[in-house]
Amino acid sequence: MRVTTTVNGETRHADDVSESESLLYLLRERLGLPGSKNACEQGECGSCTVYLDGVPACSCLVAAGQAEGSDVVTVEGLAPGRDLDPVQEAFVECGAVQCGFCTPGFVVSAHDLLARCPNPGDDEIREALAGNLCRCTGYEKILDAVRCAAGRMPSERSTV
Amino acid sequence: MTSLMQAAETTSWNGIGTSARRPDGLLKVTGRFSYSSDLWVEGAVFAVTVRSPHAAARIVSVDVSRALALPGVRAVLTHEDVPGAKTYGMKLADQPVLAVDQVRYHGEPVALVAADDPQTARRAADLVHVEYAPYEPVTDPEAALLPGARPVLGSDNLVRHVKIRHGDLVAARELAEVVVSGDYEVGMQDQAFLGPESGLAIPSEDGGVELYVSSQWLHKDLEQLAPCLGLPPDKVRLTLAGVGGAFGGREDLSVQAHACMLALRLGRPVRMVYSREESFFGHVHRHPARMHFEHGATRDGKLVYVRARLLLDGGAYTSTSPVVIANACYFAAGAYEVPHAQIDGLAVYTNNPPCGAMRGFGAVQSAYGVESNLDRLARELAMDPLELRMRNAMRTGTVLPTGQEVDGPAPVRELLASLQERPLPAEATGERDLRTLPGGVANTTHGEGLRRGIGYAVGVKAIGYSGGVDDVSTACVTLEVAGGRPVVSVHTAAAECGQGVTTVQAQIAGTELGVTRVVVVPADTRVGDAGSASASRMTWMSSGAVQGACRLVARDVLARAARVSGRPATVLALVHDGVVDSLTGDRVCSIVDLLGDDRIEHVHEYHHRPTQGIDPETGQGDAHIAFAFAAHRAVVEVDVELGLVKVVELATAQDVGKAMNPLAVEGQIEGGSAQGLGLALMEELVVDDSGRLRNPSFTDYLIPTMLDVPPMPISLFELPHPDSPYGLNGVGEPPTLSSTPAIVNAVRAATGLDLPRAPVRPEHLTGTMPAGNRAATPAALPAVTPPPGTAPGGQPTRARH
Amino acid sequence: MVFLHATSLADAVAALSAHPGAVPIAGGTDVMVEVNFDRRRPAALLDLTRVPELSRWWVEDGRVRLGAGIPYARVIAELGDRLPGLAMAARTVGSPQIRNRGTVGGNLGAASPAGDSHPPLLAAGAEVELVSNRGRRRVPVCEFYTGVKRNVLAPDELIEAVWVDSVAGPQQFSKIGTRNAMVISVAAFALALHPERQQVGTGIGSAAPTPRRAREAEELLAGELDAAGLWESRGPLPATLAEEFGSRVCAAAAPIDDVRGSAAYRVHSLRVMARRTLTWAWNDYRKAA
Repeated sequence: MRVTTTVNGETRHADDVSESESLLYLLRERLGLPGSKNACEQGECGSCTVYLDGVPACSCLVAAGQAEGSDVVTVEGLAPGRDLDPVQEAFVECGAVQCGFCTPGFVVSAHDLLARCPNPGDDEIREALAGNLCRCTGYEKILDAVRCAAGRMPSERSTV
Repeated sequence: MTSLMQAAETTSWNGIGTSARRPDGLLKVTGRFSYSSDLWVEGAVFAVTVRSPHAAARIVSVDVSRALALPGVRAVLTHEDVPGAKTYGMKLADQPVLAVDQVRYHGEPVALVAADDPQTARRAADLVHVEYAPYEPVTDPEAALLPGARPVLGSDNLVRHVKIRHGDLVAARELAEVVVSGDYEVGMQDQAFLGPESGLAIPSEDGGVELYVSSQWLHKDLEQLAPCLGLPPDKVRLTLAGVGGAFGGREDLSVQAHACMLALRLGRPVRMVYSREESFFGHVHRHPARMHFEHGATRDGKLVYVRARLLLDGGAYTSTSPVVIANACYFAAGAYEVPHAQIDGLAVYTNNPPCGAMRGFGAVQSAYGVESNLDRLARELAMDPLELRMRNAMRTGTVLPTGQEVDGPAPVRELLASLQERPLPAEATGERDLRTLPGGVANTTHGEGLRRGIGYAVGVKAIGYSGGVDDVSTACVTLEVAGGRPVVSVHTAAAECGQGVTTVQAQIAGTELGVTRVVVVPADTRVGDAGSASASRMTWMSSGAVQGACRLVARDVLARAARVSGRPATVLALVHDGVVDSLTGDRVCSIVDLLGDDRIEHVHEYHHRPTQGIDPETGQGDAHIAFAFAAHRAVVEVDVELGLVKVVELATAQDVGKAMNPLAVEGQIEGGSAQGLGLALMEELVVDDSGRLRNPSFTDYLIPTMLDVPPMPISLFELPHPDSPYGLNGVGEPPTLSSTPAIVNAVRAATGLDLPRAPVRPEHLTGTMPAGNRAATPAALPAVTPPPGTAPGGQPTRARH
Repeated sequence: MVFLHATSLADAVAALSAHPGAVPIAGGTDVMVEVNFDRRRPAALLDLTRVPELSRWWVEDGRVRLGAGIPYARVIAELGDRLPGLAMAARTVGSPQIRNRGTVGGNLGAASPAGDSHPPLLAAGAEVELVSNRGRRRVPVCEFYTGVKRNVLAPDELIEAVWVDSVAGPQQFSKIGTRNAMVISVAAFALALHPERQQVGTGIGSAAPTPRRAREAEELLAGELDAAGLWESRGPLPATLAEEFGSRVCAAAAPIDDVRGSAAYRVHSLRVMARRTLTWAWNDYRKAA
């Protein structure tokens, strides 16, 4: 089947999409966007998190056909220009990235959290990001990055 | 050359000791970093593995005809198609590339299928018909050693018996006024890295193959791989693709031989990417351990002897079991001064999943045993467990059970003291947020059943390779001018698994050569061996290599500058992309002017100081180059009625020699501590009596989430190591050793239960483990007088002193 | 395989009637796991995410009509006051990403004994509304589950909505997992006090082939509260009653040993959860006076 979606602001078509395919597969294998990671294919790790119509979702659990006509934003779409999003910037700066395989999913989840809740407390951050597994960092530096990005979001956003 | 992989680049100067940003960080946060599972080239086919559903069976027949008949299928290969050697292995080449006439563990590869797309490949794999004649698997490691047990591999099931005999145990037992012993168990932990095993093999025109793969040690892969492919090593070229975590699980081969043999057979590129389920079958795990520890001490708490027997289940093939058991034994006395020791370690073959390297490498298991038994001894002595540890803390000059004198910093007492001085997290009062309670938002307690406990543990481990191995690491450093600026390129085969070795390489090049722009080119086998990203050795060894090569380059540059300027080279230094006179501070010239179109390149091979093998009968020998120490204090809250645990705080004190990159060092400590937390409370691969893996998924193999990991404050010690580059010491493994026993000791303190086994399950805390399950029933410890500083109910208050 | 898009309930019902083997998919959090692993190869997938009727809720005759396609995140955000038990359970489902997509209708369709929605729906006495070309029917949720991952749904039927009494008394939900987030229930218990009709509702999860009520426990508790005049007096709950209630809840369970937990632990934890949730609910009831 043919699937048409808006991905990172661009209308994209994919042909010969299998009905059983996931949005994650569509993004990675057909649309050349491997930023979203495949680490479990069952919604247990969050590495494939993307915005689907403005809401973070595990793209491995969305059938490609369900994304027809949807608006998808992936990690690649968060920094379309040269400048990083404050969340991405904070992840690099605070040491929240080690192997980085979980990073794209974390960046999207953290981006969503701060959009909904600009100054989250630690418990809120932990609950909001508990759907993203990281095996390298022990999460401390990820918490730091989210706190740091939270401090920067309002002013930086107003100047953008 | 390596167009599929990106170079990591720094554009601002950050020398050693700074928290320089990762050169690959920008690529990783934008999703542009190429992991091994992201690689794609035109014409690539996709391959999958057919694996055994049995732990032990004879292969009666393999029929691939139905699979081959499926449209889109390009090849189905079995052992008959392996072009060269049929087996490989880290220590012994005993693991079949594809099973020949029998399978020895659940998940053993039997056949390969390549097809145009993953779904077709998987469906074809289901159509490969293998007829098995199953037989009774050997699954109990103790029974595997009994006379008459069926040999899983070879003539008997003993992989290695390591013996350490130190001092006079008979006399020591006379001296000991107090003796405690206990049996302890550690379950099978998995590395559970997030990036699945994957790679891309591309046949080359010379009849060889290019392999892009996530690995911890490219040259060891090559050494095992080339013979299997029947190719000379120079026709097999490996490039490190982005590695999504490793932790030991990428030392052994996974997709390497399979992808390459298919690529060679088909003459087209082959991609392999394991699913999560296959990943659990596709790498070795941490050895499950059964251990007996006996400590003798004087009444005032001085350790007199330790006697230990360690049994590690190596599973079906050898992998690194012979050295894992050795490492477990080396440190079975823990980070303590113990004059007499008798340690026996046995690694055995069974039909369970093969076990090998995982962060800590055997020392995790023995640390759990020794630290658990020390808490038991403290109870017996009615002594504060922290005081007992301080009283026996190892120091520089301590003689290990292997007879070696500890010659570097050994600040065990100081680490413990720093933990003791750290204020305890406040006890929560009033109505509490569910997220701070055991059970979390699942709303299992509002404060009912809660008891707090505090536990301590220390870990010690050798850094780098031990036992007479000549460890080597190679670096090639090039200085040239590009785009009007000097650029240093660092080329090594060192595996960046996330730990940050490329960051440190760039920092060293910047420090040694005073150059702002450093490019760390992708690791591959075109340069010499870097050794493995294991044994907490990579920063040490690679730093030595990069530093050495940089100093050769600097020597040449400064010699030129001396000729040009007429000043002696000895007063010149490289700073800010130029040469300065270090006496006057004058800028002598720029590197750009000095080099012109020339490039200066040097290769340096770094070796650490020689070590000896241990004596096979006594275990005596100077086997190690260095030791690293970490200590933990865990504070837990246990819902004793439901058996649920919340770790409130996990504080680490660790000596790192020199923090080359403090942010990265903290990241290693926090990550290692969290993995230890997982082993303490939730992580276990469950293998049933038929040798089958029961939980190969992230649904049932649970690793800690952000709601499980507590704040982890760190006390960093930087006591320069005398023998290492810049005084650094290995960092990655030590926090994984002590985290687990500190947490379990805290749970023991909260509950008064014995808890011999890690991970501690709710069943252990509530007496609901089914009968027949080993180490099931929680036995309350014998009543002892509460130690000083202990509140009623077995909850230690803040230690005195 | 065919992929069917439905944009109205009529569409969806017609599509299912025409393709009785079609698997309805909303959040995909169960269906796609099976499809990804090739454990399920349905002849067709019927996408319900664009069916507006399924993503609305309203109150009718004192009952909440919850569209089957409403994700857990909306249950938490919009229905915490009306359906507190379900909202508490929804907060424990998977991860935030899963809660953004997963639905109560999907949970019912999968009918896993470990589904988190089931215990609070059982405790609240919910009804499941099913629709097909042949018409509509409502099934009490306690009659909805027929076996492990089986339910009364006919091949041409869709789960349209769940009807639940808007809350009249305290509700509680408690779930055991071996980590503090993103965990499948080892055992779960839901309690609803219905003071208006002096009844008690319960629901047990992960401790029997299907989610189930603990009827004897409900009867015991309602009877004892009645006999002691506690519904009216809102006096303290006798500790022995909470214990006895816990015992009866355990007696209703028929758990197994599996990799997630032992049968004995499941029973033990149900006893504790039943006692604790009753204590909390009763305290809420007393405070509400």
